[in-house]
Amino acid sequence: MTVAALRGAPEARPARRRFGWTWLGLVPFLIFATAFLIVPTLYLVVGSFKNAAGEYTLQNYADLSQPEITNAYLTSIEISLVTAVLGGVFGFLLAYAVISGGLPGRFRAGLLTFSGVASNFAGVPLALAFVFTLGRLGFLTIFLRDILGIDIYDNGFTIYSKLGLEIVYLYFQFPLMVLIMAPAIDGLRQEWREASENMGASSAQYWRYVALPILMPSILGTMILLFGNSFGAQATAYQLTGGTLNIVTLLISRQMRGDVLNNVGLGYAIAMGMVAIMAGTILIYVWLQRRAARWQR
Amino acid sequence: MRLTRLWWWIVFIVGFLYFFLPLLGTFEFSLGHPIGPVRATPTLDYYASVVGSTAFWSSLGYSFIIGVITIVVSIGLIMPTAFWVRLRIPRARPFVEFVTLLPFVIPPIVLVFGLISTYSHPPFPFTYTDIGSTALLVAAYVVLSFPYMYRAVDTGLQAIDIRSLTEAAQSMGAGWTRILLQVILPNVRVALLSGAFLTLAIVIGEFTIATFLARPAFGPYLSLLGQTKAYEPAAVSIISFGLTWLAMILIAYIGRGSRTRVAVTGAR
Repeated sequence: MTVAALRGAPEARPARRRFGWTWLGLVPFLIFATAFLIVPTLYLVVGSFKNAAGEYTLQNYADLSQPEITNAYLTSIEISLVTAVLGGVFGFLLAYAVISGGLPGRFRAGLLTFSGVASNFAGVPLALAFVFTLGRLGFLTIFLRDILGIDIYDNGFTIYSKLGLEIVYLYFQFPLMVLIMAPAIDGLRQEWREASENMGASSAQYWRYVALPILMPSILGTMILLFGNSFGAQATAYQLTGGTLNIVTLLISRQMRGDVLNNVGLGYAIAMGMVAIMAGTILIYVWLQRRAARWQR
Repeated sequence: MRLTRLWWWIVFIVGFLYFFLPLLGTFEFSLGHPIGPVRATPTLDYYASVVGSTAFWSSLGYSFIIGVITIVVSIGLIMPTAFWVRLRIPRARPFVEFVTLLPFVIPPIVLVFGLISTYSHPPFPFTYTDIGSTALLVAAYVVLSFPYMYRAVDTGLQAIDIRSLTEAAQSMGAGWTRILLQVILPNVRVALLSGAFLTLAIVIGEFTIATFLARPAFGPYLSLLGQTKAYEPAAVSIISFGLTWLAMILIAYIGRGSRTRVAVTGAR
């Protein structure tokens, strides 16, 4: 048999070898991701199970129960929950107002553009903007005091607090909700409302039995995204409170600067706790996205 | 009916005030806080002082260059990968997608913590040198760009018939580099440009990673200015807001006609 005859014969390709060579195309990406994402994360994972002498231990995870650390987690979770729910509800209402609320049509494009900007206007400049507005000498603070006679700082308010941080976070939270919910609200078909009206449903019944059940997975899913968005935020809180507020991201910052704890392994364990919570939120998000996809074409 | 419309107007006005007042407050401060205790006359001096300072331009320039390098590296990694996955190994998609979404699970503060812990000692002492720290900064920003860059490119590739394009190019003798640069890239340029401007907007304002790597970037500069000066940071914030606005307008302009996508970029 000649080589030519061999070539001509239809030949079952060995799947294994093909598999090996095509996967090489992913190598640059995988090397990069491994070096700058996977390895650093694994370094923290391994380090979180070691003590100062380099011996393996679970002590760091046991130490997470220290009051300062549990308080930081609880405050972070509280801030994230509050801003996710408030940002979610108000963002939804705002998106609905410009899409189906009978407001002038051009408000819609304006709001969506502005939401794109505002959802990216986070970090240091955002914190500064709120200091200039609601700080001790802020624009709105002085306006309220001199024109309306209300001194909000005399009434116990301060922007450099947990409440203040929540107000600031909402600035990027609900634009994000608007951006994500707008397509979902657009997806509510006119026929559904007409059909329910034809069968005698009131507006409240339409919302209770038709619109909300359809939108609910998107609403909840986006709120979970907002939760993660605020849980992982560091720059805004650092600038606003000078790094003093006891939330997880700032606790890790202080640990990295060597101000507290003096135990690197414990710092790693705190970071791992954050990753675990973020992973949980993303898993719930993915699950809800699958449910939401049912109603999209 | 009229009552419900009134209610939507109220919602809109509350939202508008909440969006608008912080900008107004910052702008008022940037003019020297004319309604403040001193009752100064409004002035543009603080803008002049900022624009005249070398620290402003050097930090902005540094962040801009870092942003451009990040965009090039990110596109160079993501585009061939997304292309290859679609063309040859579709079954690797869930895996690659999973890796590109990891930065959502690992917040910037944790990422930089890991990078510093890993690369601040032998065998890979990146942070010993300036160039090493800058490389680490770019690497971190590239990682942060994975989620939206991959999705943008992948959606762009979905819209074109890459198999036919590739086969046509190959039959005319094009190699892989030529196919990627001259056939595929022009077809996904809208997605790439949106991703690029988003990256630029994020990198220029980024604080957490830049500050822990001790880089002379724009975010740490503004942060320090905010702790040491009264009115200049307001002027810089307004400029920074203008830059974000510009990037978003460019994205909207480039993406007109195509279905708008939401870019979720993660925590800051």
